[in-house]
Amino acid sequence: MRRVAVVGAGLTRFMRRAQESGTELSWLAASQALASCGLGLKDVDSVAIGSAPDAFDGVHMKGEYLTPGAGGWGRPVTRPYAGGGTGVLMPIHAWHHVASGLFDVCLVVAEEKMSTCHPHPQGAFVTIFDNFLERPLEPNLIWIFALEMQRYMQTYGITKEEIALVSVKNKRNALDHPSAQVAEEITVKDVMESEVMVSPVNRLDVSPVSDGAAAIVIAAEDVARRLTDKPVWLDGVGWNLDTAYWTNRDLAFPAYVERAARMAYKMAGITEPRKQINIVEPYDPFSYKELHHLEGLLLADKGGAPKLTADGVTQRNGDMPVCPSGGLLGVGNPIAAAGLMKVAEIFWQLRGEAGRRQVPGQPKVGLAQAWGDLMQVGTVVVMRVD
Amino acid sequence: MSDSTDRSPPGTPLSDEAIQQGKVLTLEWPSSLRYAWDTGVAIGRFLAELKNGRIIGRTCHKCERVLVPPRMFCERCFRPTDGWRFVQDSGAVNTFSISHLRWDASRIEDPILVAVIEIDGASSGGFLHYLGEVKPEEIGIGMRVKAVWKPPEERTGSIRDILYFRPS
Repeated sequence: MRRVAVVGAGLTRFMRRAQESGTELSWLAASQALASCGLGLKDVDSVAIGSAPDAFDGVHMKGEYLTPGAGGWGRPVTRPYAGGGTGVLMPIHAWHHVASGLFDVCLVVAEEKMSTCHPHPQGAFVTIFDNFLERPLEPNLIWIFALEMQRYMQTYGITKEEIALVSVKNKRNALDHPSAQVAEEITVKDVMESEVMVSPVNRLDVSPVSDGAAAIVIAAEDVARRLTDKPVWLDGVGWNLDTAYWTNRDLAFPAYVERAARMAYKMAGITEPRKQINIVEPYDPFSYKELHHLEGLLLADKGGAPKLTADGVTQRNGDMPVCPSGGLLGVGNPIAAAGLMKVAEIFWQLRGEAGRRQVPGQPKVGLAQAWGDLMQVGTVVVMRVD
Repeated sequence: MSDSTDRSPPGTPLSDEAIQQGKVLTLEWPSSLRYAWDTGVAIGRFLAELKNGRIIGRTCHKCERVLVPPRMFCERCFRPTDGWRFVQDSGAVNTFSISHLRWDASRIEDPILVAVIEIDGASSGGFLHYLGEVKPEEIGIGMRVKAVWKPPEERTGSIRDILYFRPS
C-alpha cells in the first residue's frame, strides 16, 4: 500500500457563536487548507466531510448540506461520523481514500456549529442515552463524564487538584493559539472554586461549546513529495468501538482507546510508545480525559498520568508534550472540528511551523487521538516526518 | 509557507448582546418530532418484569455472563443468549455523581444523586439510576444499596417503577 501524507491544513477561529453559517465555516477552513499547499479545487479528487449530529443544527444530512463549502461539488464525497471521535476518524477515513490507490488527493473538512441549538446543545445530547432505561431518568450529558471521572479518581486515588493541573496547562498553552476561544491563565484554586456542575466536574474542568471548522489535505506519496519538502506521513491509523452497554464496562480505563492505539502502533512500527512518540494530542473535552486517554494510549501507567502532569513531563518543554495546542479546554470544542484541530497541530508541530506553540527538540513522531459517543469510540493516528 | 501563528484565523464571533439586541438576523424554528419506539424483545420483558417488581437478565452460556440489561444476543460471542434469569434488586454503587444541572443545562437547587448500580446476580455492572435517602457526602463507591419500588398499582412498566436505590 502506498504511503499517505498530510500536506496542508486550515483552521477557523473557534467561537461561542459565529456569524458564519456552517457552510461558510467549512469554506473558510477548506480554502485555507488548499492555499497552504498551493492547490486548487481542481486538484482535489475526493472529499471527506465530518460533522456531528444533524440534531444540533436542525439540518437534514449535514454532509450534503456542507458540500458546497467543503469542496464537494461534483466530487465523490463521504461523511463518516463517530461523535467526538470524528475529528481523528476523518484522516483515518481519508487515508483509505488515498492508500487504496483510488484517489491521489483528498480534502478533509470537519465543521461544527453548536451555537444553533437552543437553549443549550446539551439538550440535543439527550438522545445519546438509552430511550427506555435512561431517558426517563432525565439525564444530562455531563453525567456520563462525571460518573467516569468519579470511577477513575476512586480506582487510583487521584484528587481533583491533580486533575485540575490539566485545565491550567491547556488553557495556558492556548494563549499562544490564534484560534483559541477560552485561553486564559488560571490556577488550580480557580478550578476548584469554579461552579460544581455535576460532581466531581467543575465548570473549569469542561471545554466550551463552540462553532468552528478545520480542514486538512491528504495526498499520496509521489504527489506529497512534489507539493512539499516536509510531508507529514500518516503512518498509523487505528480505531475501535466498545459496547453500547456502558453500564457493564469498567469506566476506570478506556479499553477502546488502547485497542485503537495498538492498531495504529502496529501499523506505524511503534513498539515502545512512551519512548517513540515525541508529542501527543489526546482528546481533552474534560480535564480528567487527557489523563484517562494518556493511560489508554499506553503513554502512562494505569493511574500514572497525573504524576506525569505534576512532574511537568507533559508541558511543552517537557519530555512528552501533551496538548501543546491548548486542546479543547483552551482552544474550544466544536465537536467534529476539535479532533481535526489536533491533527493540524501535530502537522504544524512536526514541520516546525507552530510558532509560539512550537515544542523544542524537532519532534519527529506525533499522535492525535479523539473520542466520542457514549464513551465508546477511540480514534488514533500516528504521524511522522522523515 | 504557512506558519500557524502569523495570521488571524477567519471567523466572526457574535456576542449574546448582538443576538438579543437584534443586531444580527436570526430565525427560530421549534422542532416537533414525536416518536413511538418498539422496546425490542429483551427490554420489553425487562420492563414488564419491572412492573412486577422484579429485575430480569439473560444468560450467555458461552462466555458465562448474566446480562443486565438483558439482550437476546450476546454482543461478544455473537450468538443468541440462552435464557432468562431473575437477579436481585440489590447491589453496590459502581460509580456515582451529584448533579446540579437538569437535562437542558439549567441549574437546580436540590441536586440529583445518580449512580451506576452493580446489580447482585449480574456479571458486571447493571444500569443507571437514582440514589435516595442518602446525603451526598455519605455516598461511596462500593456502598451496598437496595431498590425502593413504587407501589404495584403505580407501576407502568418503566425504569421509573424503581424510585431510587437507597443504602442498605
